[in-house]
Amino acid sequence: MISVKNVRKSFGDVEVLKGIDLEVNQGEVLSVIGASGSGKSTLLYCINGLEPVQQGVIEVDGMSVHDKKTNLNHLRQKIGMVFQQWNAFPHLTTLENVALAPRKVKTLPKAEAEALAESQLKHVGLGDKMHLYPNALSGGQQQRLAIARALAMEPNYMLFDEATSALDPELVGEVLDTMRLLAEEGMTMIVVTHEMGFSRDVSDRVAFFHKGVIEEIGEPEQVFGQPSSEHLQKFLAKVR
Amino acid sequence: MDYQFLWRPVIQSLPQMLGGASVTLQVSVLSMAIGMVLALILCFAKMSSFAGLRFVANIWIEIARNTPALFQLYFFKFGLGAVGILIDSYITVVMALAFNTAGYMAETFRGGYAAIPNTQLRSARSLGMTAFQAQVHVMFPQLLRAVYHPMTNQFIWVILMSSLGMLVGLRELSGETQFLYSKTFRAFEYFAATAIIYYLIAKLVLGLMTLIGNKVFGLNRGGVA
Amino acid sequence: MTTVAVFGDLQPQDLLFLGEAALRTLLISSVAIATGSLAGIVFGWMMAAGNRTVQFAMNALLDIFRSVPLLIQLILFDAFVSIAGFPMPAFWSGTMVLSVYTSALVASVARGGIESVPASLRRASRSLGLSYWQDMRYVVWPVGLRSVFPSWVGVSLSVMKDSALVSVIGYIELLKASQILITRTAETFFILGIAGLFYFALSFPLSRAGQYVERRWQQS
Repeated sequence: MISVKNVRKSFGDVEVLKGIDLEVNQGEVLSVIGASGSGKSTLLYCINGLEPVQQGVIEVDGMSVHDKKTNLNHLRQKIGMVFQQWNAFPHLTTLENVALAPRKVKTLPKAEAEALAESQLKHVGLGDKMHLYPNALSGGQQQRLAIARALAMEPNYMLFDEATSALDPELVGEVLDTMRLLAEEGMTMIVVTHEMGFSRDVSDRVAFFHKGVIEEIGEPEQVFGQPSSEHLQKFLAKVR
Repeated sequence: MDYQFLWRPVIQSLPQMLGGASVTLQVSVLSMAIGMVLALILCFAKMSSFAGLRFVANIWIEIARNTPALFQLYFFKFGLGAVGILIDSYITVVMALAFNTAGYMAETFRGGYAAIPNTQLRSARSLGMTAFQAQVHVMFPQLLRAVYHPMTNQFIWVILMSSLGMLVGLRELSGETQFLYSKTFRAFEYFAATAIIYYLIAKLVLGLMTLIGNKVFGLNRGGVA
Repeated sequence: MTTVAVFGDLQPQDLLFLGEAALRTLLISSVAIATGSLAGIVFGWMMAAGNRTVQFAMNALLDIFRSVPLLIQLILFDAFVSIAGFPMPAFWSGTMVLSVYTSALVASVARGGIESVPASLRRASRSLGLSYWQDMRYVVWPVGLRSVFPSWVGVSLSVMKDSALVSVIGYIELLKASQILITRTAETFFILGIAGLFYFALSFPLSRAGQYVERRWQQS
């Protein structure tokens, strides 16, 4: 379980998260929507410990993320993350990209790490691209590579930070399909997205961020069907 | 022009000249290796949060880049001599060339480092790598690739500049040539041969470095392993 | 003759000697940079615009000057003019070698500048009715100059520093003068300090200015 209690986070003078409370249960898919700059992505960075918080507590499986005693590198193995910019390591082949962290972080033997990488690449449909370098892949394929790379650490949670925002429109579908597949397999996911259709179909719950607070949260039917907040109504009218 | 070219003594001294060329190569490889290690240290010192370290790195880098290589060589020769440290001309040349290489390559390293998107570091960390692992397995290989071409150019520059050894009495290719010609006073013939040898060394090293570069980094460009 | 105590064996006319030598460094490098840059731009244009044979020949020729140590080029040219029967003062042979060396370096910079101008931009300017030379003068020159100006500053500064090597054929420029004085007076650090400061004071501000211009141009 991921639990976020009264989290406040500022960049300099700008407060980006103004008291966030949130719980995500095992097997749940939560999507997070809202305008750019509303703090959605920042929350993901905080959950992964890539950004410190000024106040509040984030716990993952009962471990406090920002506690000094917590081994962040160990914790991060439980949490896979996929970024907006597909960050394939350009100097490694697809297979090596996926096998790197299992080998170096989990210290698996090479053969074992590569077998794991191979199965994850097949999982996301890149079984035939294993020996290509990232620059030979399309944006959609690179993003699926990023997903496979995160999955190879066998995480309990997956965080998606606008995973399809930087893609050409015709490549969005293949990445969403991969994410849908993970959701069906029961992966616990937090998905920051602008894809309203995906959010409505796949999520168990949807959270609407507005200026650093969660203004509305609930099941997709409710959030998209009967939005109660005025800001959410305006936001939905704009993105449709 | 009633000058008679006389090539025979040059051809006879070729073995000695090639011996000098091997000293040239030794000095260059050694300077380059030491210079690259120092450059990496300087680069991190310049990016460090300690003002003292940054200051030392900046002084080093700016002196290396803004004064003549010959000045740097004289500094190590006369400067160390003045405080009573007498060193071999071989080591003097290596020190000067390594000093210069470190200054230039430190800036190249810094530029290469800045060109790697910081999201690379982030995704490495998000996979659970320690800061050190992320540097070694993700950042450093990309850095090496980014600086490979400038490094090759610096290497060739070092080979050519090692000819300054002649001015401090080192018998590398130029120094050896000067020694040989002073016995016959056939400056043109001797130095023409030396020029050709330098040209061949430069081309050979460039070819070799390109070959290694293609082998190590070139695959990424083609896309297929 | 009185000795100035603070400088040990160093005498006032020695400082004058250093000053004159510094002016000689300035003179020979300015002449070489000016003529070498002009020639280099022409060579660069030949390599960018010429047919394959011209490109190959120019490249192979200029590459020689980039692959043989400047020191050797100087000695070789000096030896050649004296056996060819028209020996010249060290200033002139030094200037000629340094100019050709500069032109070889500037040529690749200039070629890069011309090739940095997108073909689409040049087609656009020609489609407006500009002649080849008008396109060169009003489009390629200003656009290409922007992209390679900092490299040209770098080349010029390195020629200024490399001019120290002209001492090998007997031209008494700053470093040679310093070496002479060091050997005579043993005021090593004082003299090296002056020489180093002179180069630094020329090179550092100019390279900074080059970087500043580069940044400003990139923003606009």
